[in-house]
Amino acid sequence: MADDRTAGNGAASSDSVSNSDSGTFGVLAEFSSPETLMHACAKVRDKGFSDWDAHTPFPIHGLDKAMGLKRSWVSAFVLVMGLSGVVLGMVMQWWVATKAYPLVISGKPFFSWPAFIPITFECGVLGGASGAILGLLILAKLPRHHHSLFNSERFKKVTDNAFFISIEAQDPQYDSAETPRFLEEIGATYVEPVAV
Amino acid sequence: MEHEISVSPEEISLPESWQRLPMIAGAIGLISLIASFMMGYGSKQFSFSYLTGFVYWLTLVLGGLFFVLLHYLARSGWSVVVRRLAEHVSGTLPLFVVLFIPVVLGMHDLYHWTHADAVAHDPLLQHKAPYLNETFFFIRAAFYFAVWILVSMYFRRQSTRQDESGDPGITKVLQTRSAPGMVFFAITLFFASFDWLMSLEPHWFSTIFGVYIFAGCVVSIFAFLILLVLQLKGSGALTHIVSWEHFHDMGKLLFGFVVFWAYIGFSQFMLIWYANIPEETFWFEMRWEEPNWRMASIFLAVGHFVVPFFFLITQWVKRQRLTLTLAALWMLFMHYVDIYWLVMPTLHHEAFHISLLDFTCWLGIGGLFLAVLGTLMQRGALIPVKDPRLQESLAFENP
Repeated sequence: MADDRTAGNGAASSDSVSNSDSGTFGVLAEFSSPETLMHACAKVRDKGFSDWDAHTPFPIHGLDKAMGLKRSWVSAFVLVMGLSGVVLGMVMQWWVATKAYPLVISGKPFFSWPAFIPITFECGVLGGASGAILGLLILAKLPRHHHSLFNSERFKKVTDNAFFISIEAQDPQYDSAETPRFLEEIGATYVEPVAV
Repeated sequence: MEHEISVSPEEISLPESWQRLPMIAGAIGLISLIASFMMGYGSKQFSFSYLTGFVYWLTLVLGGLFFVLLHYLARSGWSVVVRRLAEHVSGTLPLFVVLFIPVVLGMHDLYHWTHADAVAHDPLLQHKAPYLNETFFFIRAAFYFAVWILVSMYFRRQSTRQDESGDPGITKVLQTRSAPGMVFFAITLFFASFDWLMSLEPHWFSTIFGVYIFAGCVVSIFAFLILLVLQLKGSGALTHIVSWEHFHDMGKLLFGFVVFWAYIGFSQFMLIWYANIPEETFWFEMRWEEPNWRMASIFLAVGHFVVPFFFLITQWVKRQRLTLTLAALWMLFMHYVDIYWLVMPTLHHEAFHISLLDFTCWLGIGGLFLAVLGTLMQRGALIPVKDPRLQESLAFENP
């Protein structure tokens, strides 16, 4: 749930290298449990950081609130794509049945819209579902070849049993000395800088 | 993160202002029904208006039974806080046995197939006579009511017993028994809709008809539950118990079944329209040839699907008191239009006609229903206080 947008945040920042100390992507902090991560996230949020993210092996309920995330835009993609599917599906059948290849079928008019509703409905579903996937990929800036966080050996545990917060160097509040200390204060068990 | 959420006793007992509900609603109901009897619009108009009102409230109550069965069948957690109210709604079923009497008395006005002389000249009705005859009709009706009352009473009793013992084993047993309960519910609802509504036009048949009625049941119960809980909250009950997360979920289910209703309604229409066989199409022609009925049909499709679909699709609508109230009221109104559209063309297909009796019968049955519901709500807590999943429901948040 939170992952789509958070990945987007991370990706957006790594593209621009115009920050004070180039060569550093940011700082990575490890937490021992979902609870400590949740509390830490609330503190990072309250401190006013904007270019940061949380990484977990599984979805954690309430983490989006603790991170202060806003509502996802995926549903807007679904609505637009779903309605486009409906319109396209109907127009396609209208064109085929009345212009391209008009056939009399069981004595009904060429444009017999009730017969077209099932296909129109299916096109709407197809459009909506594609919208969900497309929206997710676009917002998360996927697919991509590499992300700086994978420079960290420790980060590989994120798919297994580790919980991380990463704060990026391009965040206006970022300070290469202060930010790691702050992360330790709020309960990180291990903090390391990450190269671009 | 696991901390107990405590429930204060004032919040789970019926508010003071609701104690008079049974008396007021009962009086309004009785007066409306007696007035309907006396008004002298003729027994035919009365029977049809009464059947419309009867089916309207019965489908809502059966929706309550469905909600309870579904809760256990799906092993739901979130809906614990509203389940007791649905149990009370389904607990009013014995009243509908009494309310069925006028339908029985008016069955010669309602059902063409009960006239022996009509059957004598009608090969199709003779063919259907083994099913459509009065004796079997009564046996079936008795069976439907017996199943509904037994299932609803059993689930309600066990759930209130858990309030005292707190035995989590009761939930386990009810979860197992909800599956056969659901099967019996589906079969009885389908055949009841065939007997009481579809046989108004004994020549016509549609196998999906029961599903269509079922969709209406579920739409009306969610609309009703939303309004009931909002009103209770307004009077100071359930304030910290039912949250906007629960309303959001009930709103989502309302939205979902509005779509389901349209899906089933269109499926019924399209197959008949496509095959274009006169034995089937006349049923829709009765609702289309006369201009006012045509308007009613269009109004039903737009008002029961298009408008609520676009209104309920956004999230904030389901999380605001005003918008959710409007949506629920509208759906309860459209449910009446739906039932009216099913029943009335048999009587008035030549000219669309609204009678005062339509309103008074609806009000009369609804008043008696609310009176019994209010009496049931006075007993015990408004929520299942010792349900093993109550804490989960109280802490529920939409992901």
